[in-house]
Amino acid sequence: MSGQVLSRRGFVAVSGGAGAGLVLGFSLLGCDRRAEAIGALGPGTLNAWIRVGTDDTVSFLLSESEMGQGTHTALAMLLAEELEVPWDRIRTEHSPADQDLYGRQSTGGSTSMRSNFERMRVAGASARLMLIEAAALRWAVPASECRVADGRVEHDDSGRSLSFGELADAAAGLEAPESPPLKEPAEWRLIGKRIRRLDSPSKIDGSAIFGMDVKVPGMLTALVARPPVFGGSVRRFDPEPALAVPGVRQVVEIPSGVVVAADGFWAAKKGRDALEVEWNPGDFGDASDESIRERCRSMADDGAVVRSDGATTSALEEAATRIEAEYEAPFLAHATMEPVNCVADVRADGCDIWTGTQAQTSAQDIGARITGLPTEKVRIHTQMLGGGFGRRSRNDFVADAVEASKALGAPVKLMYTREDDMRAGSYRPVAYNRLVGGVDGRGMPTAWEHRMVSPSILLNIGARLQDGVDPTATENAGNLGYSIPNIHVTWTDPGLPVSVHFWRAVSNSQNVWVTECFLDELAAAGGRDPVDFRLALLGDHPRRARALRLAAEKAGWTSGAVRRTQSGADGSGATRSAMGCAVAECFGSVVAQVAEVEIIDGVVRVPRVVCAIDCGFVINPDTIEAQMESGIVYGLSAALYGKISIENGAAAEGNFDRYPIMRLREMPRVETHIIAEGDALGGIGEVGLPCIAPAVCNALFALTGEPVRSLPIGDRYRS
Amino acid sequence: MPKYSITVNGTIRAVDVPADTPLLWVLRDELDLTGTKYGCGTGQCRSCAVHLDGEIAYACLVTIQSIGDQEVLTIEGLSDDLSHPVQKAWLDVDVPQCGWCQPGQVMTAAALLEEHPSPTDEQIDEWMSPVLCRCGTYGRIRTAIHRAARGGDR
Repeated sequence: MSGQVLSRRGFVAVSGGAGAGLVLGFSLLGCDRRAEAIGALGPGTLNAWIRVGTDDTVSFLLSESEMGQGTHTALAMLLAEELEVPWDRIRTEHSPADQDLYGRQSTGGSTSMRSNFERMRVAGASARLMLIEAAALRWAVPASECRVADGRVEHDDSGRSLSFGELADAAAGLEAPESPPLKEPAEWRLIGKRIRRLDSPSKIDGSAIFGMDVKVPGMLTALVARPPVFGGSVRRFDPEPALAVPGVRQVVEIPSGVVVAADGFWAAKKGRDALEVEWNPGDFGDASDESIRERCRSMADDGAVVRSDGATTSALEEAATRIEAEYEAPFLAHATMEPVNCVADVRADGCDIWTGTQAQTSAQDIGARITGLPTEKVRIHTQMLGGGFGRRSRNDFVADAVEASKALGAPVKLMYTREDDMRAGSYRPVAYNRLVGGVDGRGMPTAWEHRMVSPSILLNIGARLQDGVDPTATENAGNLGYSIPNIHVTWTDPGLPVSVHFWRAVSNSQNVWVTECFLDELAAAGGRDPVDFRLALLGDHPRRARALRLAAEKAGWTSGAVRRTQSGADGSGATRSAMGCAVAECFGSVVAQVAEVEIIDGVVRVPRVVCAIDCGFVINPDTIEAQMESGIVYGLSAALYGKISIENGAAAEGNFDRYPIMRLREMPRVETHIIAEGDALGGIGEVGLPCIAPAVCNALFALTGEPVRSLPIGDRYRS
Repeated sequence: MPKYSITVNGTIRAVDVPADTPLLWVLRDELDLTGTKYGCGTGQCRSCAVHLDGEIAYACLVTIQSIGDQEVLTIEGLSDDLSHPVQKAWLDVDVPQCGWCQPGQVMTAAALLEEHPSPTDEQIDEWMSPVLCRCGTYGRIRTAIHRAARGGDR
């Protein structure tokens, strides 16, 4: 499909591919409303999740966003498991945005499998029964005598057989069973199996269409000149120098800045470079890492109580050993490999939006708000996402594109350069943590005080705090799982000008690092082994203890050991190595990791990571392994290098030269061990991340005797 | 604006763009070859890797005026049917996640195997480390390159 010019209104039909015969919908809507919602999607496309083409291909319309996590393949497995369609006949596509058909569409929180595990199987089973019913009616035999195999309905007694494609039109007219019986797990032929991704071929021949690859007739390409500091605004601008650049068509102002629209990217970039804008600096032009740090530190004692067990203050006074520490984690950019972007076409009669978004219904709401059109006139055409990690649930890029198309009176591809993307805010929140721990004479912890200061994502997205607390800021801190009799945890929002947003694993990404590292400090204070120390405190959390035991066993855990391997005669190449561990429970899953860390000539290396993941049960083991590798690499990039610095009210980092991410030569050997003991299904897209920073830092602590209390590690060690 | 004639994937294509236009935007905006990806614009991520006369090049840094008669090969021209050994190995190992960097990874691996048909881990490190991936497919990339070098056998 590469290079294809998509018609502005024909994209759904184009991406549909196979001839549309049957769309089986399953929803709680009444028949009339469902028919109406399906009808609004266009002729021949009835919708919900399954469309059987007259050519026997089966298209699955998926309301979840595919951003690399493998969700389209896994959702297809669930649908195909019950539909009994051959795997090579399956096509997947992103469904349109339609709250009535799909509910609120948002892909995040590692929820796709958990929220769709039953829904997709029911949809597949319902469709199968409709196809059987259609065949039975045609043959005038009882449906109970018909069976489905390999994309066909068969009647053994008469030897008759019809393909799904041949039955599609007839089946489409039948009532959809809403509570079909589902297979027993023992009957599954796809779920639990190692199934290859459906999207791999198009991603290695260049044919996959991502948001940035979309082209519609008459489209301009635009860049936005945005205020150079957070909180700034446009004072005045002179469009003439930009308009003098060949290919630049229009210069217009929108709420976020000044749009330079041109025939293509290069003209837009040169036009924006030439544009002259005077800015109002706003109130935060002097904000810096230091001012933010001081502000956070000054507010540490003012937090709302997240949790208070026992009498922490007195227990700390009575402790045999008392440890105090400040842990600080920086802002982080998502740095999706595809910078955010959006194509929008605002017309009087409707608005079409082509983009890689994690939040379709919110994008639709944004389009409706800006254009004044009814929601159903705003059509979202979700494209492949070149990485998401939470960034693409923000939809600021959608707002910019819709504003720009409205102001330009033309369809527009709103691009972000890498620098635009990296400096746009929506960061993982900075976090300041003050901790005090008490250990008794036996080396066991008696008290834990944790004061957190970290910007609220909920406040940033216009939501409310709950009892003065943002629960998305306190994961794995407020609900610390270790059996410590006295625990006091507080949190407060420092009210910073820099916008924050969901970043892979959300606050688990900082909090697991803080709590798991401080726990190692307490273990060391009492002379305890980090694994044994945790196991002794995890009596209330047997799944965490089991995962930790498995990771430690598979890693060949050695506590505090510092091995020295062969070094050169001059002492160069000396290797000092140690292991560190961490365990966490989030997104319904449990992960424990052991990292092997070495310092070679002063450079930190992580050659091996052993990961135990307990996600209840397995849909596709290959996807689980891939997501553990992915979370570990993403978390390791952050731990080793990740930092957005605020200088003079703006992000200092703009590109990969100053915001490095891990490279192939640094990739550890990742060994993933899956625990599937029949517990509730857990998520996998984020849970691989939180443990890697503390596992690595705890290994460094074992190696050097110095705790790592600020990230990135590269600030202190070369990496 | 100046007119240029370049050979892309074996076909001569005429474009009318300023001399300083990077090949990346000629491919994407003028020729509708969107398999070559933009990631940084500064030659640091290598998502835009293509071949120029068989040598690896970064399309965001190469200007149209510098192409001359060098033949441009993009991911769309690597094979018609996913039959290039690198593509076959990539499918066998199921390398991609989000996929944005993968055309650059595949083109770089193809050039590596032209230079070193049986690359060592060190050669893979050297050739592939400049190509950034945010999803963490590096381990599978290494496995797939070794597999491609062995002609697809395990």
